[in-house]
Order: sequence, then structure tokens, then C-alpha cells
Amino acid sequence: MCERAFPNHLITKSTYNQIHIPMIEFRMPSLGADMEDGTLREWKVKPGDMVHRGDIIADVETMKGIIEIEVFDEGIVEQLLIKEDEKVPVGTVMALIAPSKAEVGVKTPAPEAKAPELHPIEEKMPAAAVSVPAHEGIRASPLAKRIAAENHLDLATVHGTGEGGAITREDVEKAIAERDIKLPPRAPVAAPPAVATDSIRMAVAAAMSKSNREIPHYYLDIAIDMSKALAWLAEANRQRPVQKRLLPVVLLIKAVARSLQEFPDLNALWDNGLQRKKDINIGFVVSLRTGGLVVPAIHHADKKTLDEIMEALNDLIPRARALKLRSSELSESTITLTNLGDGGADSVFGVIYPPQVAIVGFGGITEQPFAENGMLGVRPVLRATLAGDHRATDGLTGSRFLATLKKHLQQPETL
Amino acid sequence: MADNKTIKITYREALKQAIREALLGDERVFLMGEDVGRYGGAFAVSKGLLQEFGPDRIMDVPLSESGFTGAGIGAALAGMRPIVEVMTVNFSLLAMDQIVNNAATLLHMSGGQLNVPVVIRMGCGIGRQLAAQHSHSWEPLYAHIPGLIVLSVGTHEDARGMLLSALKSPDPVVIFEYTYMLNMEAEIPAGAGAVDISKAKVRREGKDISIITYGAGVYKSLEAATELAASGIEAEVVDLRVLRPLDETTFLASVGKTHRALVVEEAWRSVGLAAEVSARITEKAFYELDAPVQRLCGVEVPIPYPKHLEDASVPQRGDIVRAVKKMIKP
Repeated sequence: MCERAFPNHLITKSTYNQIHIPMIEFRMPSLGADMEDGTLREWKVKPGDMVHRGDIIADVETMKGIIEIEVFDEGIVEQLLIKEDEKVPVGTVMALIAPSKAEVGVKTPAPEAKAPELHPIEEKMPAAAVSVPAHEGIRASPLAKRIAAENHLDLATVHGTGEGGAITREDVEKAIAERDIKLPPRAPVAAPPAVATDSIRMAVAAAMSKSNREIPHYYLDIAIDMSKALAWLAEANRQRPVQKRLLPVVLLIKAVARSLQEFPDLNALWDNGLQRKKDINIGFVVSLRTGGLVVPAIHHADKKTLDEIMEALNDLIPRARALKLRSSELSESTITLTNLGDGGADSVFGVIYPPQVAIVGFGGITEQPFAENGMLGVRPVLRATLAGDHRATDGLTGSRFLATLKKHLQQPETL
Repeated sequence: MADNKTIKITYREALKQAIREALLGDERVFLMGEDVGRYGGAFAVSKGLLQEFGPDRIMDVPLSESGFTGAGIGAALAGMRPIVEVMTVNFSLLAMDQIVNNAATLLHMSGGQLNVPVVIRMGCGIGRQLAAQHSHSWEPLYAHIPGLIVLSVGTHEDARGMLLSALKSPDPVVIFEYTYMLNMEAEIPAGAGAVDISKAKVRREGKDISIITYGAGVYKSLEAATELAASGIEAEVVDLRVLRPLDETTFLASVGKTHRALVVEEAWRSVGLAAEVSARITEKAFYELDAPVQRLCGVEVPIPYPKHLEDASVPQRGDIVRAVKKMIKP
């Protein structure tokens, strides 16, 4: 696409120049308190492109891997100031965006305004600049694509044996079977480049050191009888097709989000004082198969239904493991939730991810002797913990929070 | 069924028994067409019926397709149940105005007052060295027309049964009979009679591919499926039978099972039934497909006279086998 093809854009742009509308400066975003700089790996736009709020405009490599960066303004890309593979500090202006007409409320002057001085912007598009999103351009049968999607299999890793190298059902089923065999031992499943994972290790190290250095933690735990929640879940799942079934963790996420509504001091950041956050965005810890972890946010978890949370997890987890998260997903968590799942430790006391002020930990659900109303029985028991920032809240708040969490999990039908 | 005895019968004899049973069972039924009486039918299907039923019910007509087809439609409107025999589909073009503009539309034009219970039989098919003008496959032409029910007699069982069901229809039915199959023998149940005329039929079950076909393609596809079974490919053969209205439920279910489809027909490829079937699969079973739908149809030329060229102009067993293998093991 060349400038000549869109003369109207040029007129509009030069008009903007003439009337000196301030450009929007697109800056290297901070994707976490620990991020100091980032390396631009790829521009997804070029001068003259229209961008809208939420569009992915660049890939930036940080210590957490390659992150897709979204833009939060609307307009036409005027100039790209940073070259690909350049490393710049957080806050550096990377591109100029001319605000769209609607946004600044300027009427377009009649095009007869004197011929604009055209400075065709030199576009240096690297030959391989167009990144092919997974599945696009891959020859695979509709059925093969469907099965791959249902099983979270990346078709790019599958060898096609159909006509013209097309991927067929058989190829996909074989690839899934091979993947599933390999899974239990630490498999090098489509291992992301070593650099990326090393930098993730370094990012975790930096954030956790900072936390331990600066945050005075207090720790609380509570045992929660999960029989009602699990029974409700089993019944709810009976009504759902296999793909739509809910995992217990969905109840936990929703219960935490609900409880946070009553304890806004825990849904907050500490930055020279407590700053409560309006949205409840739960950072969900995803461990990477190659070691390290990333914490994508489940936005507005309190407003999502259980099904929507399940969908969010189904979307986020594979992308997190492929290091394909968006900037908003990495930078907007207001609290962290870590869930060990079954077969591991009974409880986990987390290290707060700064600048957040709390982290909730769930151990595995195990059968335990459980006393209630003077009777002893065997119940599925979950140990929930809270690590709180003592600068922000006191143990009493945390304790009440855990009690509320427990109460919510006794009423799963209301979640 | 208690009676599972079978009898060996030719396609011609099956057609004749159906006509005879219809004549015996309903006095409103009569047969009209060129040479159906004294000559015994151009293909000897109605041989002996004049002697048995007399000239009022086995009626020779002048050589005028438009005229006698129109007469048949009129008789149907007047309460009779005529079987109009158009000697071959090739001559049916002359009767097409009557079929398309009268038989197919009168129910609509009369605001539902006049239905046309006429049955029009046509000999058709390729393979008897009759050359271009006498080797047309007009199934797609008729299947295009709302208001008609279009049947294709691909098996002996249907030769024996379709006419009887067609005569029960309140609306006009066009039946395609394949003349090159007239002398073919096959086993059918001794008590065979009326068959359902609303559904396609799975003639052979398989799990690897659906061969969807009709008419002359049915036996060829079944033979191909037998040959394919020897190389470990289990092909399902779906006989469409009813070309209008198409029973898509049956072939979509088959594709849902096998995930591959090959559509076979003798008619020319462009704008044919295979195109329609293929489109419906793509519309309604896209996410079941593991390979693009393929069509194996007549070559788009006037059908040649020389035997080897005529054979080469329509799909044969070997072509079906090759097409299937290519789709499954490219």
C-alpha cells in the first residue's frame, strides 16, 4: 500500500499539519512496575494507517517476552520514530498519531486549500514484516481446523499430508496424540526461544525481589469445605456440553472477585499511599511449561458470569503459554490469584506482585477430616490464603475477606 | 419381515410389474405414450399390457409430445391418474412447456384449487451409442423447477416401487428411467412394492468417504465401493433418488460421518445436481469437511457416438475409484 493510493489521506494529514493540531504521542508503555525499557520488535502499522482504540500496533519485547502493544487513541499514524529492534526506555515517544477528525471536532477545510507540500514518508517495510497470525494462510481442512481449535493445537506445528500438503483430520489427531503423550514430562512443546524464557525468569526475579524488599507481608489462611461448591459444579456441568464445562477454579475466581467488592482496600495499588481501583481485574498466575510464570488479567471478573470467566481462561492460558499476551492484560491486574490445582501442596502463601497489595492463594482440594456441628466427616477441603501488604491493610481486613470468600463458596448458586 | 425370499428380475420387468400393479389397483390409472400399445413400448416395457387392459387404458398417441403430455395433464385435472410415457428424455424438450408452465404451476395459479396428479415417465441415460441428440441427461433441468417432484430410478427396487408411490402424489411427478439398465438383472424382495419417495437412501455404508450419486451412478458407485473395499477404503454410497425436493438430511448426515464427499452424476458438470449437492454440503456441513467436496460428472461435450468416446464422456467405475483414492490418499 503506497501513499499515492490514498491521496485523501495526504490532504487530511497535511491539513492537520497546517492547523497545528497537536499530535498524539505514542510512548513505550510500562508493562509492570519492574519494566524499565523495551525493545521494539515489529511495527504492525505504517504511516498513513488508521488506528482505533484497542488495535495492536507493535510487538515489544520486554523481560516478560514479546508483548502485543495496543493503542488507546484513534487517528492516523503520522510517523514512526523508533526503528525495529531498537531498545528504548519506558516513556519514550515511539510514534506520532494524528487525532481523527471526530476526536478533535475539526471540519475538514475544502480540499482546494493550496496544494500541500507532500513529504512522502519513507517507508521501510522489511520484507517479512507481515506476521501471519496462527491458522491464517495455513492449508487445513475446516474439520482439521475445528478439531485443532477445540484442542488448543497450533496448526503451524502440524505437518500436512493431504492434497497439496493440506492438514487433515488425521494429521491433527496424530499431532494431538503425540502432544498428549509428551505432556507429563517437561516437554519441549513448541518451546519459545530461550531468550524469552530467560528474560521471564529475570522478570520474576526482579518483581519478587522488589516485593520482598519493600512490602511488609502478613499471611492468613482458612480451610473451606468445598462439598457444596463441587456438588453444584457437578450438576451445572451435567447441563453443559463438554467444551462448555466449568473448572472449580472458575468458582474461586468469581468468589474472590465478589469478596473484593466488599473489601476495596485489597483491590488496590500502593504508590505513595493506597490507591483503590474501581475495576476488579484478577491477575491469574499461569506457569509456563519451560519455567517461570506470567500473570494475565481477567478484566472485570466481578461482572463476568462463570461461563465468561471460563471462556476468558480458555483464551488467556494458551496465549499466555505462547507468550502472546496483550499489554493491557499484563499491566492492569489489581490483585493476583495463584491456584496450585490438584495433586500438589495443600496451601500456598504468595509473594505480592508490586504495586498490588494482596495475593490470594489456593491449594489443591483434598479430602480431609472436617468437624462441623459437633460431627466429624470427610469433606473436600480447600485451603485459601491471603498475603497482604501491611502498609495498605491490617490482618483484620484480610481475615474478614477470607471469611467472606468462604461464605461465597458455600453459596455457589449465587456466584 | 417374515417373507425374506428374493426374486431375480430385470429392470424392464420391474418397471412393467409396477405399471401392471398400478393398473390393477386403481381404475383411474391409464398409460399413454408413443407406441406403448400395439408395439409394446419402444423398449418393450409395456409389452402385453394392451392385450390385458385394452385400448382405453393402454393408449397409443400421435407423435406429438406437447400434445399428449398436455392431454395427460388435462386428464389428471379431470380426476384421472395418467401415466404419461415420453419415449426418451430427449423428446421431453418438446413437452417442456406443458410440464413447466402447466403441470408445475397450476396449483399455484389456481390458488390451490387445481392440483395435477400426473406421472410422467421418461427413458434416459447414456451408454447405448445413440449419439449427441439422443443422449441427454436432463435431470438437472427438471430438478430446477419448483412444483415438480423428480425421481431417479437407480435400482431395481425403485424400478419396482417408485411408480406406485408417484401415483399417490397429488402433484406432478417426473420419473427418470435408465434404458441401458433395462436388461440388467438383480435380486429384489419377492414382495417388493411401493417405496418411499421422500428420502435419499444409503445403499452401502462406509466410514471413509460419501459417494453421493443417483440414477446410472448408483450401480457404478456401488461397484467402485466394492473395488475400494479391497484396498481398505470404506466408501458410503448415497443414492439421492429424489432429485427434487432434495433430501439433504440424508447426505449431510453421511458427510457428517465420513467427512469427505464425492458427488457423481452423468449430467454435465456445470450448474448440475452435483453443484447443488456440493453447495449444500459447504453451506451446512462445512466444519465437518476434511477435504474439499469433489464432483465427478459428464464431460461438457455433445455426447459422442463411438463407444470408447461415449464411455470416456461419463464417469465410469474406474474413474470413481481413482477420484476416491486421490481424495483419501493424495
